[in-house]
Amino acid sequence: MGLVEIRWHGRGGQGVVTSAEMLVSAAIYEGKYAIAIPFFGAERRGAPVVAYNRISDTPIRTRCPILNPDYVVLLDERLGRMIDVVRGLKSDGVLVVNSKSVPEWVDRKDIRIATVDATSISMSLGLELAGIVIVNMPMLGALIKVSNIVSLNSLTKAIKAKWKGERMKQNLEAVTRAYNETVIW
Amino acid sequence: MPVMPLSGNHAAAYAAKLSRVEVVAAYPITPQTQIVEKLAEFIEKGELKAKFIRVESEHSAMAACIGAAAVGARAFTATSSQGLLYMSEMLWWAAGARLPIVMGIVTRALAPPWSIWSDHIDVLSQRDTGWIIAFAENAQEVLDLIIQGFKISENDRVLLPLIVAWDAFDVSHTIEPVDVPNQNVVDEFLPKRRKYRHTLDVENPFSYGNLAYPKDYMEFRYSIYDSMLRAKDVIEQCAAEYDRLTGRYSGGLIENYLCDDADIVAIAMGSISGDLKVVVDKLRKQGVKVGFCRIRYFRPFPSEALAKCIEDAKTILVFDRDISFGSEGALCLEVRATVNREGLDKRVYGIIYGIGGREVRQKDLENIIVKAYKEELNHPRKLLWLNLKHV
Amino acid sequence: MKEVLMPIAYPTKGSVGNTGLWRTLKPVINYEKCTKCFICWMYCPEAAILAEDKPVILYDFCKGCGICANECPVKAINMIKEV
Repeated sequence: MGLVEIRWHGRGGQGVVTSAEMLVSAAIYEGKYAIAIPFFGAERRGAPVVAYNRISDTPIRTRCPILNPDYVVLLDERLGRMIDVVRGLKSDGVLVVNSKSVPEWVDRKDIRIATVDATSISMSLGLELAGIVIVNMPMLGALIKVSNIVSLNSLTKAIKAKWKGERMKQNLEAVTRAYNETVIW
Repeated sequence: MPVMPLSGNHAAAYAAKLSRVEVVAAYPITPQTQIVEKLAEFIEKGELKAKFIRVESEHSAMAACIGAAAVGARAFTATSSQGLLYMSEMLWWAAGARLPIVMGIVTRALAPPWSIWSDHIDVLSQRDTGWIIAFAENAQEVLDLIIQGFKISENDRVLLPLIVAWDAFDVSHTIEPVDVPNQNVVDEFLPKRRKYRHTLDVENPFSYGNLAYPKDYMEFRYSIYDSMLRAKDVIEQCAAEYDRLTGRYSGGLIENYLCDDADIVAIAMGSISGDLKVVVDKLRKQGVKVGFCRIRYFRPFPSEALAKCIEDAKTILVFDRDISFGSEGALCLEVRATVNREGLDKRVYGIIYGIGGREVRQKDLENIIVKAYKEELNHPRKLLWLNLKHV
Repeated sequence: MKEVLMPIAYPTKGSVGNTGLWRTLKPVINYEKCTKCFICWMYCPEAAILAEDKPVILYDFCKGCGICANECPVKAINMIKEV
């Protein structure tokens, strides 16, 4: 598979860092090499946050920020109006966005777009904390659907290792539903 | 100008008084205590119009000085050893906030085992804080360097806090004649502290030390580095002006004592310097071409001036009253870096002396210099520990 | 560098942009219930409420923390889902 680079955009509290971490766990189950790089600033709920993933068949030494990702995952569609979220996204790269349809602000013709209504999925499952809908699990499901960087089976294992009981069931359900509902435009 | 019998510590108190400090905040620790006791006395008697802030620790003492300096007051404190380490976090704050503050440090060893005697490691542990660091040789210089210190620290091209350090007991408690300048002379040299763009003002509110992201932070550190380099000129200018007003040249980055034609140059800081100069005089009479270079300012480190001083020497002996475990003395490392940076070809020997107040005699210093002269010293790789037992 | 770089910052309106976009829940004042006590104005950590003849929320900068709604003694502020 070579090296795959992913950039996550979201808001503090939506679970961006956890998504990046779960992707690493799932990659380890497949014998792959992976790193998750959260960007830490003045952490605060609601503020725009960024995290990065690198996944590869060979050991990863690079730690610098990702400038030309293969995938951009956007947890809050409204951020696209404030920030140039597809900046540097490779030609033919994929923007995976939490939205019912292709957002009107996307102005690049050379990229592909995948959408999933992650907010509805998480809300229907009760994945909310302190007024913020946690959409990281459905977005993970959507990402692996369009990218195949890890299998749904490996991600399931990673989720089972991290959570127990009700939260584990909610997260598994969120990932699986998003995996099935993701639309590639 | 009256000559008074003063200890190094009392000379420091007189210097602060003559500098018309407005805030003194300090916590007692041996061997520094006399300084602030004397200042408290001056304030009590009405001889010094200043606010004495009694604090619960050295950390708070520096915090109080930072607050005072931020609103435009001239602030002074003093400490030693453990107290300095406890204060350390605030030292970074004072320098980072670009606040002019002067602090006296009576150098003292660190525990354990407990020791109250001299050792330069307390000051040198603060090497990278962004404070200007000067070492005084005697009580006279303690007074002169503190008065000059305020002028250097308050220079708007510098704006960095400044430490004047002197050895415990050898200087701090030793009483010697000190020429105390008249107030009007000091007033002419050191005018009232001015307000800067970053002096707090209720009419024009702003805040200090906000979060700086990676895209901004580095320039603030560069600015301190840059100001440190500029301080070299300011230090020399202040020494010259002080000389003009008092008739005493008592400052500047280094002291060149008979180095110009020397084959061997000894380098040291602080109170051992007097003894080294006596030894140099004695050996010169015997035909040994030896000189002594005193590092008066350790930060900014006077590389250029030092390089000139040792240009023609073949052998350099660096006397350190400190040890960086796993390496060698801090001063020796600086000298080696200077020799390398300036492309000089020298043999540099590191000598560790006087740790925790260990006695050093002129005979010991003489023996080492003579050995170096006869090329009988071991390879420079072997660090010499002077008067060490059980080896 | 000619001048010393000082680590000071002056208060600036919206120095990090329209932080209103960080909001998930939006506080809305019910002026029929509001007694104009201005407790909300006092508690707002972002100075995003103006004290005019009545408290006025600046939605460009309100991050939706909900402190105003929590502190309002007459429960005149409701947190409404925006997305």
